Amino acid sequence: MTTTDTIQDLVPDKYKYGFVTAIDADTAPPGLNEATIHLISDRKQEPDWLRQWRLKALKHWLTMKPPHWAFLRYPEIDYQAISYYSAPKPARKDGPQSLDEIDPQIRQTYEKLGIPLEEQKALAGVAVDAVFDSVSVATTFKKKLAELGIIFCPISEAVRDHPDLVRQYLGSVVPYTDNFYATLNSAVFSDGSFAYIPKGVRCPMELSTYFRINAQRTGQFERTLIVADEGAYVSYLEGCTAPMRDENQLHAAVVELVALKDATIKYSTIQNWYPGDAQGKGGIYNFVTKRGACRGARAHISWTQVETGSAITWKYPSCILQGDDSVGEFYSVAMTNHHQQADTGTKMIHIGQRTRSTIVSKGISGGHGQNSYRGLVKILPGARHSRNYTQCDSLLLGDQCGAHTFPYIEVRNSSSRAEHEASTSKIAEDQLFYCHQRGLDEENAVALIVNGFCREVFKELPMEFAVEANKLLAISLEGSVG
Amino acid sequence: MGEPLLQIEDLHAGIPGREILRGVNLTLPAGQVHALMGPNGSGKSTLAQVLAGREDYTITQGRILFAGQDLAALKPHERAAAGLFLAFQYPVEIPGVTGMQFLRAAVNAVRKQRGEPELDPVAMLKRLREAAKLVDCNPDTLKRPVNEGFSGGEKKRNEVFQLAALAPRLAVLDETDSGLDIDALQVVAKGVNALRRPDRAFLVITHYQRLLNYIVPDVVHVLVEGRIVKSGDRTLALDLEREGYAAVEEKAAV
Ligand SMILES: Nc1ncnc2c1ncn2[C@@H]1O[C@H](COP(=O)(O)OP(=O)(O)OP(=O)(O)O)[C@@H](O)[C@H]1O
Ligand SMILES: [Mg+2]
Repeated sequence: MTTTDTIQDLVPDKYKYGFVTAIDADTAPPGLNEATIHLISDRKQEPDWLRQWRLKALKHWLTMKPPHWAFLRYPEIDYQAISYYSAPKPARKDGPQSLDEIDPQIRQTYEKLGIPLEEQKALAGVAVDAVFDSVSVATTFKKKLAELGIIFCPISEAVRDHPDLVRQYLGSVVPYTDNFYATLNSAVFSDGSFAYIPKGVRCPMELSTYFRINAQRTGQFERTLIVADEGAYVSYLEGCTAPMRDENQLHAAVVELVALKDATIKYSTIQNWYPGDAQGKGGIYNFVTKRGACRGARAHISWTQVETGSAITWKYPSCILQGDDSVGEFYSVAMTNHHQQADTGTKMIHIGQRTRSTIVSKGISGGHGQNSYRGLVKILPGARHSRNYTQCDSLLLGDQCGAHTFPYIEVRNSSSRAEHEASTSKIAEDQLFYCHQRGLDEENAVALIVNGFCREVFKELPMEFAVEANKLLAISLEGSVG
Repeated sequence: MGEPLLQIEDLHAGIPGREILRGVNLTLPAGQVHALMGPNGSGKSTLAQVLAGREDYTITQGRILFAGQDLAALKPHERAAAGLFLAFQYPVEIPGVTGMQFLRAAVNAVRKQRGEPELDPVAMLKRLREAAKLVDCNPDTLKRPVNEGFSGGEKKRNEVFQLAALAPRLAVLDETDSGLDIDALQVVAKGVNALRRPDRAFLVITHYQRLLNYIVPDVVHVLVEGRIVKSGDRTLALDLEREGYAAVEEKAAV
């Protein structure tokens, strides 16, 4: 019996976040038309400019077709069968006023997920904005942040309380016409997080959002907007889980980052949505548009993602390096197991002079998983003396899975250069035996070796989350080799 | 003389189409150090790997008892938990996994299998520091990925460090002295001597009698073409060095 066979039989699959919370929800009937937009805008009591923006997006979306260029296979999605709004019914009409008022069921859900919703538990120094289905339920640490002038709240609240800021930046990085999913999101986005770090302020704690998809047949369309004003610094973490469901659930988020002169935004994602079962049934479809703009000189945007969940991942966190000497980074671990498919990568658009970008992508495929890296590095004529370094490593855990690399590199001036390195490897029998000899069983040995493979990415994660990422990866690896 | 910790009886093992070990008998009591010598290709590493449970080799005849238990019933990681350690002739690189992560995982995996509680990070660090001290190893190696970019000698010393950290009942050292400079050789030997205990045994595979000046063996075995052709006290190693395998083999045949 080969190692490959044995690992396959090792562990039954368990998605430990696959519980459903029984709460009363206010859910819109399935379907998407102008009435849907009005329902959303009404429920959220939005200003007219936002309602009009949504309507424009819907109108545009109706003329668009879903993209098919990605290395992904899935049945057509019936967008009229999806509900575009679901909110837990609050005990009070105007929503929870303090953490104590949150539905205990919802709090329990978050506790199961290990999210420190209560401030006392948040010793780790993480401010959490929790998004439950479509609505943001609690934002911890709001006061402490407010003292520094930092705004961190649900985007629906920001629309109400900081309309000028939202209006100035919403859609400025990802316009509503951008792509099929981003346009859909612009039309129907429900909630998400908003953060603004004022000039010269270094945000003293990690800001964090946890998304959880709970209701059945709901799509989730978060919209996140983070603005770091001149000289500001912020590190943001997004974590996601979804209960186990048979139907595929659609998730089309948009994240926009704006870093002004000398500002730094670190955005880390741990995505652990339900990947479907071992036969490829169920799971989340994750079509996300994430983009950051380095608008000023020496601005710095760094994306770190650990993608272990979802049945399908379509995601390219990108950087537009406008400011001179600005820096863009993309560190990614994408794991596909069973029948999961991931087409992920990044775009680095160099516009300013002496701009630099680094891409480190680690793809791990097991089972029948398909893992593609798709990256575009574009250095424009004016981006003189710019540099890119790309490293793309794939690890195959079996012989039924696949790894694919699609690098597109365009360097349009002679003083700049882009470097690309790629490798594909398998775990060597020798390495496994060495680990076994030291006491590690198959599962632990594979997890350890994969962890080592991901080291360059994990070390970019905030400490607490590096540990979490490790655990997630170990869970996702179960039954991966075969 | 203690209980036999390791008992190899008429062991035949090999790869498909080729028998490499052709009837090995060896008894190693707890508390003793045995040296295993023999020409290149005689099957020393094969024996070591068969002890550790490498799947490439099939046992076709005979058996191995470890503390009274038939090893055939145990998977490699279970043998480790039972207290069997192999210092590899060619230690393997595990890219990106630091020595700390590796040993933490290993020590706790072994403890878990034995039904002992895992060590918390503080206790673990203490244990690893002590192990490093015992074998005079720079604890900074813990921060480096396992064997990655290590020199040949560093790799060998790292094996002895792992040995100290895992504190097994039986340690098989496969040419741990090869590639070591004279100072490193002494350090390694000192480490091994420090680890000698009445309830622990060593099987030291080596080509050089030099090592046996430092790690004094109770018994020396000579393996030729898959069979132990001669066993004796440490003077046997001196004879080998002086006269070569052929002569010793001839004498043994008489
Ligand atoms: N996996 C294998 N596949 C093919 N041949 C093997 C394998 N393992 C061992 N052999 C062969 O079996 C014989 C014994 O090898 P082994 O490595 O045990 O020798 P050794 O005594 O350790 O030698 P050295 O002193 O050179 O280390 C050699 O001829 C070797 O080529
Ligand atoms: Mg050998």
